[in-house]
Amino acid sequence: MTAFDEMTLPDGGARAVYQRLWRWLEGAPSELLSSRRSQAELLFRRIGITFAVYGDKDATERLIPFDLVPRIFAREEWQRLEKGLVQRVNALNMFLADVYGPRDILRAGVVPSDLVYRNPHYRPEMVGHKMPHGVYVHIAGIDIVRVDDKDFYVLEDNARTPSGVSYMLENREVMMRLFPELFHAHRVAPVENYPDALLATLRSVAPVTASADPTVVVLTPGQFNSAYYEHSFLADKLGVELVEGRDLFVRDDIVFMRTTEGPQRVDVIYRRIDDDFLDPLAFRPDSALGVPGLFGAYLSGNVTLANAVGTGVCDDKAIYTYLPEIIRFYLGEEAILKNVPTWRCRDPDALAYVLEHLGELVVKEVNGSGGYGMLVGPHASKGEIASFVAKLNAAPDNFVAQPTLALSTCPTFSESGISARHVDFRPFVLSGADGVRVVPGGLTRVAMKPGSLVVNSSQGGGTKDTWVIDG
Amino acid sequence: MLSRAADNLFWLARYLERADYIARVIDATQRLSALPRAYGGAATEWESALDTAGAADLFIDRQKEAPIDENNVVEFLVFDAENPSSIRNCIDLARTNARAVRTALTMEMWEGINSAWLELKRFEEKRDKTCVMDLEELGRFLTFVKQTSLHFDGSSNRTMLRNDAYWFSRLGLYVERADNTARILDVKYHVLLPESEKVGGSLDYFQWTAILRAVSAHTSYHWVYRQGIQPWLVADLLILRPEMPRSLTSCYENIVRHLDSLGLSHGRQGASQRLARTMLGRLGNEKIENVFQSGLHEFITGFIQDNTRLGTAIAEQYLM
Repeated sequence: MTAFDEMTLPDGGARAVYQRLWRWLEGAPSELLSSRRSQAELLFRRIGITFAVYGDKDATERLIPFDLVPRIFAREEWQRLEKGLVQRVNALNMFLADVYGPRDILRAGVVPSDLVYRNPHYRPEMVGHKMPHGVYVHIAGIDIVRVDDKDFYVLEDNARTPSGVSYMLENREVMMRLFPELFHAHRVAPVENYPDALLATLRSVAPVTASADPTVVVLTPGQFNSAYYEHSFLADKLGVELVEGRDLFVRDDIVFMRTTEGPQRVDVIYRRIDDDFLDPLAFRPDSALGVPGLFGAYLSGNVTLANAVGTGVCDDKAIYTYLPEIIRFYLGEEAILKNVPTWRCRDPDALAYVLEHLGELVVKEVNGSGGYGMLVGPHASKGEIASFVAKLNAAPDNFVAQPTLALSTCPTFSESGISARHVDFRPFVLSGADGVRVVPGGLTRVAMKPGSLVVNSSQGGGTKDTWVIDG
Repeated sequence: MLSRAADNLFWLARYLERADYIARVIDATQRLSALPRAYGGAATEWESALDTAGAADLFIDRQKEAPIDENNVVEFLVFDAENPSSIRNCIDLARTNARAVRTALTMEMWEGINSAWLELKRFEEKRDKTCVMDLEELGRFLTFVKQTSLHFDGSSNRTMLRNDAYWFSRLGLYVERADNTARILDVKYHVLLPESEKVGGSLDYFQWTAILRAVSAHTSYHWVYRQGIQPWLVADLLILRPEMPRSLTSCYENIVRHLDSLGLSHGRQGASQRLARTMLGRLGNEKIENVFQSGLHEFITGFIQDNTRLGTAIAEQYLM
């Protein structure tokens, strides 16, 4: 099965939106691309966009491979995608407000209660606490794939602390420096206003007790975290302090940061720390990253955390399968973005089907992420399949299965010239007091190995700039 | 020191500052003109770039019928020998001035200016062979220009004696910088006026960021105001904020300081000290609301005239 290619048509020509780029690539000598590639690497090194791979002591500062060939959406495609993203993220926020509030959707039997209550990311402490403007997921990263030029499929929702937006911004800056002539010819929709949109979003959800000029900070686990570059980059672009847990303290349920001018009240925390590590008094007592008392201040309504605590309950793979129903329940609309057809192994009929067809399916752990803990049937050995049969029979609730999708490909620069590699796409969706917005772009991730479907940067995936242009 | 030497130092610094400013304006205009039309990308940006560089009349005089498009404007602003403020002329004149006062410069400063001039020749030679400069090469050239002014600024700061030579070169830099900041406001003031503000995602957003980029304050803005870009705050940052190194206030704080040093060292003050102090006092008492109320455009035009008057006062008092 050949995958749909974002640029090339089966007859060898190019899709309309790629025409200009295609002609340019045809005419560009390969030395030119090679030299630009090494320039790009130099620029990324100089800017310092690196990430750490845990457990690899020689690679504490590695560059994510960057591919020069951009991925392009026509404006019409983008508008459809944007509408779908806004709809989906609205529904996610309404779902969270509901499961931590009146629980209408559970009482109506649309989503089975145990999927919520037994979810490890469900936080019963949050029940009955309303978030400012009903927003839980202020920043969402929705992973999108395509298999043809018509539909967009959501692969997964990231509603906790999605990362990668710094690559969206820096890839664009580097591309503009390296290929001014292409930008000149294309009129690419800008993404540079993302930090402003993010800041406006964060300020809009400040607690009612905050001053008219709320203080926003970015909370990082510190410079050994794999996404530290992104944390510092965003804090700088937002013009806010980048704090670690030790820079904050809580007194009388109010959060302060230690500054040279004395304690300063903090109103909104864009936290890039998982729920478990936020507050050793409320969650993991061994967490040295968090702030004792933070959760108490949060529940008292004196500080806003973005994203909210407990959003993990809406982005696991079991709830994912109910998203079309969730959208219908709250919005009375059909989902604009499709779900990948998914077998819920908790359902005996589905389990039977999955066990019979393991060789052609992808089996995922309900709470897994980062491409770990999954079985890719077509590439699995007999032993791996046997071990999954045992796992599935032992705890079917923990798994879902999906068909192996022929992810679309995009031309990518490799040692042997330009060739097709599989890609996915993560746009970043912001929700604040005044609604939901998306800047026209996002992070295109590309599997650098031929034929590979794994795009995660921890497993050798790379990134591309993503353009939205008038077709 | 010799009036002539002081004059050379004053203009050396002015020309390098101007070259840096024009390079930034071209950068920002390129970004703006490459935007989709729905985001305000328009060909008129190049006309506005000419205005911002104070070269519109001259362009029309010299180029007659030539269309005001990217190629012609960039050529005019960067390489045209007939345009006294083209980047090539700025660097060329800076070196001429530097040669004239070679002994008043430190080795580091002289080498920086001279090698910038040699680099300029290389760029020109390469361009003459092909008669065009592609966008990539232009990007490299503009980066080189910005680095030249960084180098000049850093080397004079680190190596010069704090005496007349230093003070006059600083005065040139800040008088020019104040003029540049005021000019970009003068050309763009209409996008900063409240009437042009639309609710939700104003198209002018990218105009505001272009202004900020032209004075390298895009990131600083957020550190000062900690909120999204608002036109009146852009004006506030560029006009009144003392911590913003290109604001009119900051320029005048520096001008007053260096004029005071001169006055102290000579044991005598004059018209330029009085005028500079009056202007700084006025800026210090100003509030951005009042500036908008009594007319941003009038304020800026008045400032540009006063700044020119100060240049004349310094010249009359010291340089001739």
